[in-house]
Amino acid sequence: MNEVKKETKKIQATETMKSVMAASFKELDDAVKSKSKKIAWCTSVGPAELLRSMGFLVYFPENHGAMLGSSRMAADLIPAANAKGFSPDICSYLTSDIGSYLTGNTPLKKAYGMEMPKPDVLVFNTNQCRDVKDWFDWYGREFDKPSIGVFTHRNIGEIKNYELDDIAQQFKDLIPTLESIAGVKFDMDRFRETVKLSRQCSELWKSCLALSEKTPSPWNFFDHTIHMGPAVVLRGTKEAVDYYSLLKKELDERAAAGVSSIGNEKLRIYWDGMPVWGKLRTFSDLFQSLDTCVVASTYCNSWIFTQLDENDPFRSMARAYTELFIARDEEYKIKYMTDLHSRYKFNGIIFHDAKTCPNNSNNRYGMPERLQKHLGTPTLTINGDLNDLRLFSEQQSITNVEAFIEQLNEVA
Amino acid sequence: MGKALFAGVDIGSSFTKVVLVDSEGEIKGSSVRRSGTDFNSSADICLGESLKQADAGHDAIRYCVSTGYGRKNVSLANETRTEIGCHGRGCYNAFPEQITIIDIGGQDNKIISLDGNGNRLSFKMNRKCAAGTGAFLEEMSGRLDVPISGFNALAMKSDATVTINSFCTVFAGTEVLEYIRDGKKVQDIVKGLFVSVVKRVIEMDSLSGKIIMTGGVVAYNPEIVRIASELLKTDISVPPMPQMTGALGAALFARDENHKLDTSLTAKAEICC
Ligand code: SF4
Repeated sequence: MNEVKKETKKIQATETMKSVMAASFKELDDAVKSKSKKIAWCTSVGPAELLRSMGFLVYFPENHGAMLGSSRMAADLIPAANAKGFSPDICSYLTSDIGSYLTGNTPLKKAYGMEMPKPDVLVFNTNQCRDVKDWFDWYGREFDKPSIGVFTHRNIGEIKNYELDDIAQQFKDLIPTLESIAGVKFDMDRFRETVKLSRQCSELWKSCLALSEKTPSPWNFFDHTIHMGPAVVLRGTKEAVDYYSLLKKELDERAAAGVSSIGNEKLRIYWDGMPVWGKLRTFSDLFQSLDTCVVASTYCNSWIFTQLDENDPFRSMARAYTELFIARDEEYKIKYMTDLHSRYKFNGIIFHDAKTCPNNSNNRYGMPERLQKHLGTPTLTINGDLNDLRLFSEQQSITNVEAFIEQLNEVA
Repeated sequence: MGKALFAGVDIGSSFTKVVLVDSEGEIKGSSVRRSGTDFNSSADICLGESLKQADAGHDAIRYCVSTGYGRKNVSLANETRTEIGCHGRGCYNAFPEQITIIDIGGQDNKIISLDGNGNRLSFKMNRKCAAGTGAFLEEMSGRLDVPISGFNALAMKSDATVTINSFCTVFAGTEVLEYIRDGKKVQDIVKGLFVSVVKRVIEMDSLSGKIIMTGGVVAYNPEIVRIASELLKTDISVPPMPQMTGALGAALFARDENHKLDTSLTAKAEICC
């Protein structure tokens, strides 16, 4: 279908990343079997630092959702959740994950030889959407375990002190329940240490992503989606810090040597919205065949929490988890993307309108048109979904992308 | 050496179109037939017919560009271009000014906006569903048990258009069944379907400059252009062969590419000598 792939240099750290992730899942599985540690389920931008500092092993159902998407199992599992009353129009992470549980079909088996680890507590943060609460509440009822969380303000412009006070207090309010489940007292020093590790992980992840500002970019969005795993599921641990130190060293070398992740970079693109997990390879090959590098994304930038500060752990955590792109208003989002545009110098922006995730689909209130006018950078919207491939037309998406690149080449 | 021809092959979801132009960009032959399941053979048959019109053999073809849904299935093609690019090129050839093209195809609709120099400013394709496309009318022709070739004449007779509300082809079909049950005249239902096609397309993007309509649906149903003009309250132009604009654009690209190749070969030859 596409042209012959160009020679590219593989990222060597990938193997280490795989073993770091495998070790963390093994730790979860061992804990389930030996009942040696308590397991907390956490939303991807939930208070993982607090949970880790109290000795919980943390499991992220959204990571499982992404695995269901990239293994293309999701579309077969979603109907099982639909039959339980979850609409096909709501988050397909949620529906595929619950479908996976209901049918006993998980990619964790093939990847790590384990089942979904059952929770002792489920902790959400609604900073990203309401779906995560409904998702966790369902499992809470299913396992008869507490589903607790933080209710974040949404659509925020400038962040106000009262909002930070509120979120910081909500984090503190989780502690008594968590203490009773963990059987240990909250320890401020351990918490500070975890927050510090999490910030270090974020700083490294941020500087790895920033290397894509270079032309040619030494890695790209599709690499970012693979290597972001530890920044999501292991932030707050030394393993994550070590991993990103290793990755950064390699990427620095690639950047210094002028390595292009796609072989021949002529155009640069920004990707807004969720990945289409089951079609990462299709898109990656397509862009490469078009000599186009996707250099940055809203999505992979979302796990940068450099605001974390061990000297003011609760309030800095409140800030980090409130300043998130997804929780902000349109004006902020435009400013954010304008800043990235000046740094990454992309020629065009692609918005992915993911049918089941309105929260991460930023095209729906006229932003592409406003940004195009504001930046003078052409935009394209493609329709699809993060996990439900029944909502994605491959041929139409390819034609859209090819036509967009033709258009950008006319200008270039 | 005989005359040089440049081929544009547009393999759409419903029809395959071929246009041959000479080095002046003048059309020397064209052909259209159903795409069927074997895109390559449909393209070959169309090409044979076009060459016959041009009174030329295969060896006259210097360069071929394929486009459309099946663009990657044309073995003869030297390169592929998207239908967005080719429709733009084909239309700009007939209307060299700032234009917005509304193309209604068998399975997808496009709105393409070009500046006064023929450069693309933006484009939009319909989302996944068939609402507003030729496939929608084909589906409805089955429901009404009226051949699609009779739609235009029927719509022209209508004096009491019915309203079709649904975005969804299946639900629109249910609405049609309700109208049949209510004893509405077929011509009024067909006109309602045409209005619904036009509405689905014009809501896709804002339109500016001269408005052009193209595509097979427009070629066979000029009443759709009249309805669009009425709804948009503006004149709409249609190029001479509205179903062939994609193939024509591809043929013109073929001519341009060949010209580029020739120029670079000449330049190389000059350097060598
Ligand atoms: S933000 Fe979107 S993808 Fe993520 S959990 Fe919420 S609805 Fe699902």
